Amino acid sequence: MAEMLEIRWHGRGGQGAKTAALLLAEAAAAVGKYVQAFPEYGPERMGAPVVSYNRISDKPITIHSAVQFPRFVAVLDPSFIGAIDFTAGIPKSGVLLINSSDSSNVIRQRMQLRCDTIKVYTLDASQISQATIGRPIPNTPMLGAMVAATGIMGIEELLLDTRNRLEKKFRGRPELIEGNMVAITQAYEEVQRQ
Amino acid sequence: MAMALEAQKTTALTGNEAAATALRQIEPDVVAAYPITPQTEIVQLFSTFVSDGLVKTEFAAVESEHSAMSATIGAAAAGARAMTATSSNGLAFMWEMLYIAAGLRIPIVMPVVNRALSAPINIHCDHSDTMGARDAGWIQIYSENAQEMYDNLIQAVRIAEHPEVLLPIMVTIDGFIISHGMENVELLQDQVVRDFVGEYHFPYPLLDIEHPKTIGPLTLQDFYFEHKREQAEAMQRSKAVITVIADDFARLSGRQYGFVECYKMKGAKYALVVLGSTAGTAKYVVDELRQEGEQCGLVKIRVFRPFPGPELCKALADIKAVGIMDRSDSFSTQGGPVFAETKAALYQASNQPKCVNYIYGLGGRDIEPSLIRQAFMEVKDLATSNAVGGGIRHLGVRE
Repeated sequence: MAEMLEIRWHGRGGQGAKTAALLLAEAAAAVGKYVQAFPEYGPERMGAPVVSYNRISDKPITIHSAVQFPRFVAVLDPSFIGAIDFTAGIPKSGVLLINSSDSSNVIRQRMQLRCDTIKVYTLDASQISQATIGRPIPNTPMLGAMVAATGIMGIEELLLDTRNRLEKKFRGRPELIEGNMVAITQAYEEVQRQ
Repeated sequence: MAMALEAQKTTALTGNEAAATALRQIEPDVVAAYPITPQTEIVQLFSTFVSDGLVKTEFAAVESEHSAMSATIGAAAAGARAMTATSSNGLAFMWEMLYIAAGLRIPIVMPVVNRALSAPINIHCDHSDTMGARDAGWIQIYSENAQEMYDNLIQAVRIAEHPEVLLPIMVTIDGFIISHGMENVELLQDQVVRDFVGEYHFPYPLLDIEHPKTIGPLTLQDFYFEHKREQAEAMQRSKAVITVIADDFARLSGRQYGFVECYKMKGAKYALVVLGSTAGTAKYVVDELRQEGEQCGLVKIRVFRPFPGPELCKALADIKAVGIMDRSDSFSTQGGPVFAETKAALYQASNQPKCVNYIYGLGGRDIEPSLIRQAFMEVKDLATSNAVGGGIRHLGVRE
């Protein structure tokens, strides 16, 4: 990894955008990367638009301002299209990951995205989550998709670390942990296929 | 010692988690805290360590920050190693008791998450809270990131409790930017920290009933003045102690701390002086500017009380102009506290660079690299022109 990787997550309060950033940072730190994960704090309400960020690098990170030019952007809620400009600051080599059942071409048209060099991946993370975990919380599948798009680590490394984290969070609810593992794997493979 | 170095564990933690981990490893006898906002997550996390049986600390949930500091003072006077934590208006509400802790020479260590004071209501980062408490008689250590918070807290226990010092210490991190941001942190092993802080013996515990004594009696015109002079001398003596303990800690951790940190100051013609997380962002900008051939550097203040006047003069000895950054305003019309004190220290220096004050980041306003670059370019102008310094500028504010 030659340069510092910067990532922005868009979600609604309750969808787990903050948790996705934290889980990615923890997993990347576990494979020896330097990491940052931090949310942009506004009024915290269920359903309100929220943003969180990651920085990941092979070298120590000292910068402590908000991410302005993220190369990777994950959108956990497709209803943002038209309401929030989540391409703000993205370079021409940028990558968008959208939680949507639509194809990337449909999303491009709906967003009126003119820049051909920006890559758009779509995956139905809410449906994956519903089918595997039993709840439409799209953050862990989007985490799998982000790891596939960035290539910052392998799927096995991600699964191992995330399992450890979730085992602490969901003590006594093993079905949630197994469901999350399947969700992450499915999303990872979905992005790799595209 | 080499074993302690090897056994450090790198993990990803928020600033609050790093501070709570330090508290768990220090395992104070008593933690008293007001559990509702503006309390920090540090105490919330620590209370789970207590309820999970990870520490034997007695946790006292009190009804206000004023009471939290009072209870902490009481426990410490009885002979306990006692701590609390706070932020923003919570610190403001402790005000009366801050002076009493320092005046009684009670060695309390308190993490503070730097956040703005109301009004208008704001929960985000600036340094108004602890800068307002700068003359309360507490040692103040500012941390750039989660690692420094962890390291500074562990060192603070030894500094505060040192028989030559016996003063309370607040150790700060920037609210949200560091407190809620996750970063890599290298943790020492529990036993290594326990051995480093050692067992605590307050020299004058009230509970030593074999040797009855009074703490906090009335002293009027007869002795108050002598007590205050003693207090000032303890603050003076703390300088040598802070250095010795930083060296001890470096042998343990491989991480060396001073009163100030000079970053790329060799050959620098102009510089910024800054404290807290913005020092990290400024380092990033210095790296960029140095690559472009600019002769700039950065001086970060770590210890603000006692104020490192001689250290700053030395760091700025070859500088033509300096921008001094304040994340709070004193409303004195003479600039922020870091500016006023740095300028006062430079009055005695052999080299007197032109100075300009930058007030920035109030109420959590983001301080992005382009703003720091702008400050550097303005300071460069000052260094290379006939312009006179001394002004107060506001960085990143709407005009």
